[in-house]
Amino acid sequence: MRKILKATISKKVEEALITMNHTLKDNFVARLKKAQAEENSALAKSIINDVLHNQDIAKEGVFPLCQDTGMVVVFADVGYEVMIEGNLEDAINEGAANAYVRGFLRKSVVAHPFKRENTKTNTPIIYHERRVEGNKIHLKIAAKGAGSENMSRVFMLKPTEGEAGVIDAVIKTVREAGGRACPPITVGVGLGGNLEKSALLAKEALFRDLDDTHDDPTIATLEKTLYEKLNETGVGPMGVGGKTTCLAVKINTFPMHIASLPVAVNIQCHASRHTEVTL
Amino acid sequence: MIRLKTPLSKNDVKTLKAGDQVLISGRIYTARDQAHARLKDEKNLAINLEGSVIYYVGPTPEKPGYIIGSSGPTSSYRMDELAVPLMEKGVVAMIGKGERSDAFIEAMQKHRAVYFMATGGAGALLASKIKSSRVVMYDDLDAEAVRELEVEDFPCYVAYDIHGGNLFKHD
Repeated sequence: MRKILKATISKKVEEALITMNHTLKDNFVARLKKAQAEENSALAKSIINDVLHNQDIAKEGVFPLCQDTGMVVVFADVGYEVMIEGNLEDAINEGAANAYVRGFLRKSVVAHPFKRENTKTNTPIIYHERRVEGNKIHLKIAAKGAGSENMSRVFMLKPTEGEAGVIDAVIKTVREAGGRACPPITVGVGLGGNLEKSALLAKEALFRDLDDTHDDPTIATLEKTLYEKLNETGVGPMGVGGKTTCLAVKINTFPMHIASLPVAVNIQCHASRHTEVTL
Repeated sequence: MIRLKTPLSKNDVKTLKAGDQVLISGRIYTARDQAHARLKDEKNLAINLEGSVIYYVGPTPEKPGYIIGSSGPTSSYRMDELAVPLMEKGVVAMIGKGERSDAFIEAMQKHRAVYFMATGGAGALLASKIKSSRVVMYDDLDAEAVRELEVEDFPCYVAYDIHGGNLFKHD
């Protein structure tokens, strides 16, 4: 058994959240620069320029990328041979609270659907734990803003609607989201499972590397098709029109019931804040 | 690029066309969901809304030595219905992001008001255009409190104008 201290976990989570709220990943920046060069419309170019200029200021560490510093989502893969003093979920919550309080990030979590009192710590986080082989803990950490999250959807399609049905569902979601989801977006799609599993697949798909390719050639082709079709919608950066509506589409799949074809579409705004930490 | 100084006149608003890029300077007020819900029935208004500009923003906390934290726009559609009573009280411009309802557009045109879009997710860039900030109402709402901001060359795009122009219609 390998022992990991609660304080070590909290500290890692705190650092990760502060860093990710101030920095856009290099491959996102590269894609935005490419998109800016390829846009024909002056307005679209100007919006992408704002986004690029913004991340230059943010990476100096004073101003977060976006004022919506998100609600924290964590997928924890916990090795069977790891021993933690106390509760892992508590340790991660503590790290998140420290990040938002000490790191001057916005506390955007309210406790009750109608009373809406702020919890003042940006916790609780939304936590998903899986047990895996080994003696490590792997954390996937996202700070998910509400602008794009509110535009996300789940569709319970008929199996015979097939690939065409999936394509329609994704395009419909992105069109209806328009500028409100802060495009250029990344689109996480969960295909299969059931109602909640599809949503989890979509959420986790957003952690995939922007430049990776899906192992399943059928799904890899569908990702490419959707990417092209979404960029033909003309929604454009912040909805002003143009060729750059999405930077990537990532699809994760899971087996499903013979009667079901669940499709979850989780939209991520251009300020994608996702990171992974191994302890 | 069009330079505007607040409070905005009816003539300022009239000349603006969807797609215009503007730089706003002067005093503006912040308000989002909860502040709007309170402002519509407010008896003790601490601010003058005549000719005013409302910015839909909930900034991050300011770091020591800084005026404000990250300050980009939130999605405007959530304020569509709640914005109408404020236009009745004199608000002539709103800054936010994203598309809004047809009912809002109709009300906006009736009140000769304009809707600006600031670039969503550009909170760090937009914060650099804010020269002063103080909470003037609803301190208990924290990030959602009403602030009076002094802005200089705050960059926006005209999204909906009073003549029916719409930045988001481009097919």
